[in-house]
Amino acid sequence: MYAQPVNGKFGQYGGKYIPETLMQAVEELEVAYEEAKQDPEFQERFSSLLSEYVGRETPLYYASNLSRRLGTNVYLKREDLNHTGAHKINNTIGQALLAKRMGKQKVVAETGAGQHGVATATVCALLDLECTIFMGEVDVERQALNVFRMELLGAKVVPVKSGSRTLKDAVNEALRYWVKHVDDTHYVMGSVLGPHPFPQMVRDFQSVIGTETRRQILEQTGRLPDAVVACVGGGSNAMGMFYPFLNDESVALYGVEAAGSGIDTDKHAATLTKGEVGVLHGSLMYVLQDAAGQIEEAHSISAGLDYPGVGPEHSFLKDIERVRYAAVTDDAALDACLALSRQEGIIPALESSHALAYAETLAKTMGEDETLVICLSGRGDKDVHTIREKVATR
Amino acid sequence: MKLETAIREREGAAFVPYIMAGDGGMDRLIPTIVELERMGATAIELGIPFSDPVADGPIIEAAGMRALEAGVTLEMVLNHLIEGNDQFNVPIVLMTYLNPVFRFGVQPFFDRANECGVSGVIIPDLPFEESLQLFADIDRHDVAVIPLVTLTSSEERTASILEKAEGFVYAVTLKGTTGKADVFPDELLAYLTRLTEQSRVPVLAGFGVHRPEQVQTLGQACDGVVVGSFIVEALHEGRTDDVETLIQSAKHIHA
Repeated sequence: MYAQPVNGKFGQYGGKYIPETLMQAVEELEVAYEEAKQDPEFQERFSSLLSEYVGRETPLYYASNLSRRLGTNVYLKREDLNHTGAHKINNTIGQALLAKRMGKQKVVAETGAGQHGVATATVCALLDLECTIFMGEVDVERQALNVFRMELLGAKVVPVKSGSRTLKDAVNEALRYWVKHVDDTHYVMGSVLGPHPFPQMVRDFQSVIGTETRRQILEQTGRLPDAVVACVGGGSNAMGMFYPFLNDESVALYGVEAAGSGIDTDKHAATLTKGEVGVLHGSLMYVLQDAAGQIEEAHSISAGLDYPGVGPEHSFLKDIERVRYAAVTDDAALDACLALSRQEGIIPALESSHALAYAETLAKTMGEDETLVICLSGRGDKDVHTIREKVATR
Repeated sequence: MKLETAIREREGAAFVPYIMAGDGGMDRLIPTIVELERMGATAIELGIPFSDPVADGPIIEAAGMRALEAGVTLEMVLNHLIEGNDQFNVPIVLMTYLNPVFRFGVQPFFDRANECGVSGVIIPDLPFEESLQLFADIDRHDVAVIPLVTLTSSEERTASILEKAEGFVYAVTLKGTTGKADVFPDELLAYLTRLTEQSRVPVLAGFGVHRPEQVQTLGQACDGVVVGSFIVEALHEGRTDDVETLIQSAKHIHA
């Protein structure tokens, strides 16, 4: 059996490496979350919002054209059909309900491309919470429409001008803001990252993905899948998908990181493949860093995978070899994105396209009776600008 | 012990300036330490630059970025200290985020820091519980691990932290990051007085301090102050007289 974390640690990974000012808030959150987990009323409210507001459950779709081409049975878990277009909202609903329960009327969050920011702003509008989103200045320029979406939803978006002015710096600034406003503000962490209990809590809120998938595949095929593939940036869709399968030893699990221009260049986000163990944003995990322990910038065509760390539980699952991690280049992800658009009429997010690209490689080792599930974590509408640009220049 | 003794035997209130190692060039490190000692610094907090300094405000972050651009590393700073430590006598406390230490190796870090005559280390992203685990099997020699306590630490936590404290206790004056504050929380002075009564080791207040009257007020409620952003900014802009004036403001306090 897969062991539960002890004192917030997955093996050596995880922990609470944060400034002392935040310790009280994080411990309060830990207690509140443990109580909420046991509270049927909280769970009921969470599930009813997931079904009536988000539109769950999402379909597990047999992709017949893709299956024919790959020579194995491919199922897509359609997280792209959620309200706001990706899996991110599963987590923001859970955390916003928790913030309410703790009597906090304000939330702060970081965002890279803007997906988590939009999902947070959406839930704050719904539940009447004051919302502040930190976003790197570079991303604010790249994702102007998402900034407008967040503002339309009533959130305040603060451009971050420090450091590399991208996601990692947005997290730094959101943490600083939280230190200042810790009495009345909850930090809605967007992935399975940060100090305990965030990695575990975000995984739990996202595990609705894997729980549904496991039931649906059993209903549709009468047996468990042979392989499950998901993309990994911070790792929340993958953790949510994998978690309910961890004890099913016959199910091979694959996490796919962004290899950017290639893992042997200095432009990638393949933290588990190329990183070293270190501490960033409250957690011990694999991080991209130089020989002196300075955090390096990550690069990927997909903004959602562009982070120099990876969830502590993924770090642990890599070491115990329960999940195999691979990396896929920008080019391969783009090809997979174009292929799914044309063959299935589904434009996938560039993040999810990394999982699709790896599935093509994996399918070559699989038989026509076997089954492969891919987590289609989000839709590609947000990426059409990038896709058009990249296709035009190659 | 050198550090605690220096704080106990100060004149007036203790004054610990913070400088960013390598800001303005590594060759300025030792001369700056010597100069601050001459001005009357009780000890010196030496910041190691880090790419993601979440406990720091914009002034120290910018200084860190300048140092990183110049290629400064923890190892380089330690090498300079070992070469220059016959030129000064003031105790040195390193302020570093955990990752550079972790990457260097925790045991090698303490071995090397000890060789360099470093008196203590402050790691702002390593809270008390994690430090107990991380240092469980580590020989820290005579290098004190200086804990931070804050206005949000519960009484229970504060008591456990004080029990294990070494060198001094760093009392954070506000809910926020390092910088220059105009107003401190109302409850601060009573809090510092209470901490000083409870603590075996000296209590120094830091974060936001930048004016002589703040040094005086806080220096009466506890053993002294740590001043970072103001010093870093003044040194960067070449205003050494302002640094000396602020350090001197601590000398005529009767606790």
